[in-house]
Amino acid sequence: MNAIVKVENVGMAFETKKGRFVALKDVNLQIRSGEVVSLIGHSGCGKSTLLNLIAGLTLPTSGVMLCSGREIAGPGPERAVVFQNHSLLPWLSCFENVYLAVERVFGAKEGKAKLKERTAAALEMVHMTHATQKMPHEISGGMKQRIGIARAFAMEPKILLMDEPFGALDALTRASLQDELIGVMEKTGATVVMVTHDVDEAVLLSDRVVMMTNGPAATIGEILEVKLDKPRDRLALAHDPHFAECRGAILEFLYQKQMKKAA
Amino acid sequence: MNTATLTSALGAVAPEAAPAHPAPVARSEATPAKESDMASSTPIQNAAPAPVAEPGTPFGERVGQLFRAVIPPFLGFAFVIGLWALVAMSSTDFPGPAKTFDAAVTLFSDPFYRNGPNDQGIGWNILSSLKRVAIGFGVAALVGIPMGFIIGRFAFMNSMLEPIISILRPVSPLAWLPIGLMVFKAADPASTWTIFICSIWPMILNTAQGVQRVPQDYLNVARVLNLSEFKIITKILLPSVLPYMLTGIRLSIGTAWLVIVAAEMLTGGVGIGFWVWDEWNNLKVEHIIIAIFVIGIVGLLLEQLLLLIARRFSYGTN
Repeated sequence: MNAIVKVENVGMAFETKKGRFVALKDVNLQIRSGEVVSLIGHSGCGKSTLLNLIAGLTLPTSGVMLCSGREIAGPGPERAVVFQNHSLLPWLSCFENVYLAVERVFGAKEGKAKLKERTAAALEMVHMTHATQKMPHEISGGMKQRIGIARAFAMEPKILLMDEPFGALDALTRASLQDELIGVMEKTGATVVMVTHDVDEAVLLSDRVVMMTNGPAATIGEILEVKLDKPRDRLALAHDPHFAECRGAILEFLYQKQMKKAA
Repeated sequence: MNTATLTSALGAVAPEAAPAHPAPVARSEATPAKESDMASSTPIQNAAPAPVAEPGTPFGERVGQLFRAVIPPFLGFAFVIGLWALVAMSSTDFPGPAKTFDAAVTLFSDPFYRNGPNDQGIGWNILSSLKRVAIGFGVAALVGIPMGFIIGRFAFMNSMLEPIISILRPVSPLAWLPIGLMVFKAADPASTWTIFICSIWPMILNTAQGVQRVPQDYLNVARVLNLSEFKIITKILLPSVLPYMLTGIRLSIGTAWLVIVAAEMLTGGVGIGFWVWDEWNNLKVEHIIIAIFVIGIVGLLLEQLLLLIARRFSYGTN
């Protein structure tokens, strides 16, 4: 009952030049408080579309989307988004990028000193204190994404939406950012919905993995519970039988049940 | 094939690299010896060798770089001046470089004299042209940039104004001069008016394009943060439109400087364009040649100034 986000019979269709394209159909999903949910599926299965719907960046063509019992009518700071390409504003320093978000959320009730403190704390949480005054183009891709994560967490959202947050990073940077994210989620107890196409990432980070069928008219195929203790350690998990089991189940879904015909 | 290119590449690098290394070493050995000889001037001695040793390029190569940077433009100017001298030799009323240079020296030795309204120094002429450009251009920016924002932000306004702009933009600004004369009943504001007309189009169009091309990602950030309209304008729209706006400004200052010469020829008064025409009536062709150079140099400086400003506001792409 304590679902933060409820997705009920949601469908999404786009009007294209070639006619109506149904991206999502009959999607039902409940996200509980404090839960980490991954959306996984082949490309074009509408997982990003579903995330954008929860974010309110697009509105569904049918069905109901609720956040804390209220209908989602548009984007808002209680549903923070970490974009795939970090989307830092290039003319603001790392500090100012985070501060812009902090000011928007807490500016009405807190003084400047407190807002700056929050910003500094968020940057410290992702270990980017050293880059506070740097401009986004002066830091690496992984660091930019850390700032993007700090910006989202600093808003203390009810739910954090991440659209392939590590998709544009190399494998090693990705691993270190995943570990970072595990730490931050542990500290904040955040509710997270994350789009990914990385099976290991999905199992490592989430409580539930939502597997989506292929589009058009994609929907949720299976939901897998990952019953691994938190915080998780990637080295220990490498030989964990349940980890392997979860991994196997997702791989089976993606490459047997939902095999893409001629990619 | 592969190994062959590899070895040949290595072969090409090796001989260059080998002498490159001993050279700085020898120099750094020599410096302390020099310093001990002249202990009194150590600070200067310390400062001097540093830039030579630091890049690690041999002296010969650095001289070569300097030559490559200086020689071609120098040759270009020499060629043009030589050609000019040749043409001048075979003509009676076309002044050569030497005569023009002498005229320029006398002209620039007293650039700010005033002998009545129609006989003023070249400095005054340039300044009054620049003043007209500045005013016309400034008013165009005040009108054009907000208009560009409106056109870029609202599709309705875009479809409403686009056809009008498309018709008016290709019209030579000088065609608007009589309208200016009629409205303002004076020559001076009329030429400023033509500058306004020619400057406004690039400003409107570039600003509008910049607004339309604000990356969706940034707008999504604004939407997720639910920023106020004021914050959206100051933190997202203005900074991302600024480079486009500056391109518009740069384009329009180029045209403005082209147009002012023609406009002043028609309107008279003080100004570099009028001066050119006046000197033609006086048959001082060398002054016209000087004016051509001066107009070119001022135009170049304006362009460089705006490029400098544009560079200041260009953000590294992510």
